[in-house]
Formats: sequence, structure tokens, C-alpha cells
Amino acid sequence: MSINRRQFLKIAGISTILGIGGTAVVNGLRKGDLEASQMEPNPEGLTAKRWGFVVDMSKFKSEADVKRVIASCHDIHNVPDFGNPKDEVKWIWKDDYEHVFPGQENEYATEEMKGKPFMVFCNHCAYPACVRVCPTKATFKRKDGIVMMDMHRCIGCRFCMAACPFGARSFNFRDPRGTDANGQPFIKHLDPEFPTRTKGVVEKCTGCYERLAKGKMPACVEASNGGIVFGDLEDPNSEVRKLIGKNYTIRRRPELGTQPSIYYIIGGNENA
Amino acid sequence: MYNAGKILIGLAIFFGLATFPFFYNMGKAVAKPDPKLDTPEIMKLAKQDRKCVEPKEFMRAEHMQLLNNWRDSVVRDNVRVYVNSEGKKFDMSLQNTCMRCHSNKKKFCDECHNYMAVKPYCWDCHIAPKEKES
Ligand code: SF4
Ligand code: SF4
Repeated sequence: MSINRRQFLKIAGISTILGIGGTAVVNGLRKGDLEASQMEPNPEGLTAKRWGFVVDMSKFKSEADVKRVIASCHDIHNVPDFGNPKDEVKWIWKDDYEHVFPGQENEYATEEMKGKPFMVFCNHCAYPACVRVCPTKATFKRKDGIVMMDMHRCIGCRFCMAACPFGARSFNFRDPRGTDANGQPFIKHLDPEFPTRTKGVVEKCTGCYERLAKGKMPACVEASNGGIVFGDLEDPNSEVRKLIGKNYTIRRRPELGTQPSIYYIIGGNENA
Repeated sequence: MYNAGKILIGLAIFFGLATFPFFYNMGKAVAKPDPKLDTPEIMKLAKQDRKCVEPKEFMRAEHMQLLNNWRDSVVRDNVRVYVNSEGKKFDMSLQNTCMRCHSNKKKFCDECHNYMAVKPYCWDCHIAPKEKES
């Protein structure tokens, strides 16, 4: 016996509907009770609607302040130091005013500002260009605004590096676990509680997600003696919002529309 | 059949080569993997506390699934406390929870992985503990 096309389509259609209904019901149930009974968020974890930073430039007086803040981040995140600018991997670094705020050079660039070391790191933008281009969702935006990296997924295509207008991302051209010509490891202080990366993935500041989950402030915030303040930008009573309300602040390249979440107080209080 | 002799000899050589590994290994048993559970960290625990996050049989068969779920939950959903079948809670972390007890990656993870010829890439990034045995 043979079936004609019409009959075939009917049978196929019905079995598809049954099939979809069937798995949806079963999966729904299974998934529901697995998640409900087996995993829960850490109760001490810090939460927010949109995490943001305020960098108060008056608190960065010397090279030592900058070094301390950079080391506080790079040491606990096993960030390698390849010793040359071409291969450089950085999560937080310093740059001068005209490179951090191109196009705004004349407005506030007093002599003092010109020489200041501006702390720069991933802006955890509200509309991150990097997230839009990542083909594997290795970089993605969390509900609390942190732009996160899932190193298990990164294929090293570097689209995100091309997309980010702030140079916040670094590629591992070399094996970060390797050693230099003198046998010195690229990772100077290996923190056994945090992973390293491999050759061929992109990395950047992840907002100290591992510390937030344990109820701790980001490392740079702790090390900065008030120079970097962290809080919920959506909460009008948060410290970051109060600082932004009281002081004149600028952000990096707001005209690009990514809505950076780092605000810089550049004038000190007298200029506010 | 032309060249019957040559063909038969050729076949015999081919057969010999193709089945060589089977004959070569015949009768030799490869030592069964024997993962060790006697790290100082585990021995320190009271007898009744010497338990993994889930029963041994489950871990043996499903640890890769469990670890995958942990990874996705922690990295992507920021949900990082695991409540096991007895209601006990654990920080979901390969480096900081699993390996804290199993501080003998070579005698624990590698023992079976080598036997099965699987090469999980966990350790490309995650830092293995300092090897300890008791
Ligand atoms: S600063 Fe760059 S890497 Fe960070 S969220 Fe914005 S676009 Fe992405
Ligand atoms: S390099 Fe990695 S994070 Fe960046 S776009 Fe490609 S897959 Fe995504």
C-alpha cells in the first residue's frame, strides 16, 4: 500500500504537533523541579539593577595609587604580563586625558588634568557593542549590567575587540601560562582560586563577578581609597548616584551610544 | 585468477598487519583505573562526612553532566549554591570546591581519563591543586 502526498503531510503534521507538545511538557516539568530544588543564588551576593562606577580623579595623586589599583585587579585574576605592548593583556590600565576623552580635549584640559593618570577599564556599557557582535554569546550582558565573559565559549574571533570603541579587550596571542626568555612565568602572582585563560581567547574586566557573588566590592574599588566607587546606577539613593548628582562628571565617548557605566569626576570639588 | 600467488601473499600480509594489534594485546590485561580517595583533606574528615556532593555511583556516571550544569549556572546565571540530595549546600566551583578535597588530580581525575583516552579541557584554564597523596 502506498500513501499519497496529502496523507503523508497529514501524518507528518500530526506527529510534529504531538512531538512538540510531548517534549515541551516533559522538559518543562523536569527543568522546573531541577532548578527549584537544586541550585540557588548566594544569599550574600550583592545585587543591583545596573552596576556602575564613579572614578574620582582627585584621589589619584601619584603613580603609586595607580600601580596599587592595577595590581589589586591583575594579581587576583591571573592577568599575564607579556612584557611588550604588542601582546599586552590588560583589565585595568591608565591613560592620559586626551586619549581617554578624545574630542573633549579643550574643554577641561588644564595642565593638571593633562598629566593625570586616568584609570580605564571595561565600561560595562548599557548597550555594549561587543555583545552585539559576539557570534557565540561568549560575551553577554548579565541582568545586573555586568558585561561578562564566558571563557568556555570564546572562539577567539576578535569581533568584540573590533567592536569595542574603548580598547577594553585583550587577546591572548601567547600562552599566558608560559614563561619568558628568562624562564620567568608571565603570570607573576598565580591566584589558585581563579582560573587563567588560554592562548586564543579574549579577556577583559568582568566587574569582579566572583567577588560580587560573595558580597565583596570589586578589587579596584577596595584598593583605590575612595578613588573608584561602585554602586547601582538605577538606585537614586546609591553612593554613585549621589556623587554623579553633586559633581560634574564625564563619560568616555558618549556620542557613540553605548552608554558607558563609568563616570569620571574630573574637576575635584571646587570645579563642580 | 592471474597472479594468484602474489595476491594470496598480499592478502596474508594485509590480514596480519590489520589484526596485529589484537593478537599483540591478547591475554594482556591493562590495569584497571583505580582513582585514589585518600588525600589528606579527605582523611581529615570524620568517617561519616567523607562524602562527595552526591553519592559515589551518581558521581561516577554523571560528574561531567553535573560539572557542565554547575558551569552554566555559575557563569551565565550567577546562581552558585548547589543544594544536594541531602539538603547540604556547596559553592559550585571546580577549583575551590571539588579540588579542595580531591587534591590529587593525577591519581583522581587523570587515572580514569587516561584509561578512557578522554582529554577534558578543564585544566587549560582551571588551576589544578598542588598534588597531594597520603
Ligand atoms: S567598554 Fe567595550 S568591552 Fe566593555 S561593555 Fe563597552 S563595548 Fe563592551
Ligand atoms: S573573540 Fe570571543 S568574546 Fe569576542 S566576539 Fe569572538 S567569540 Fe565572542
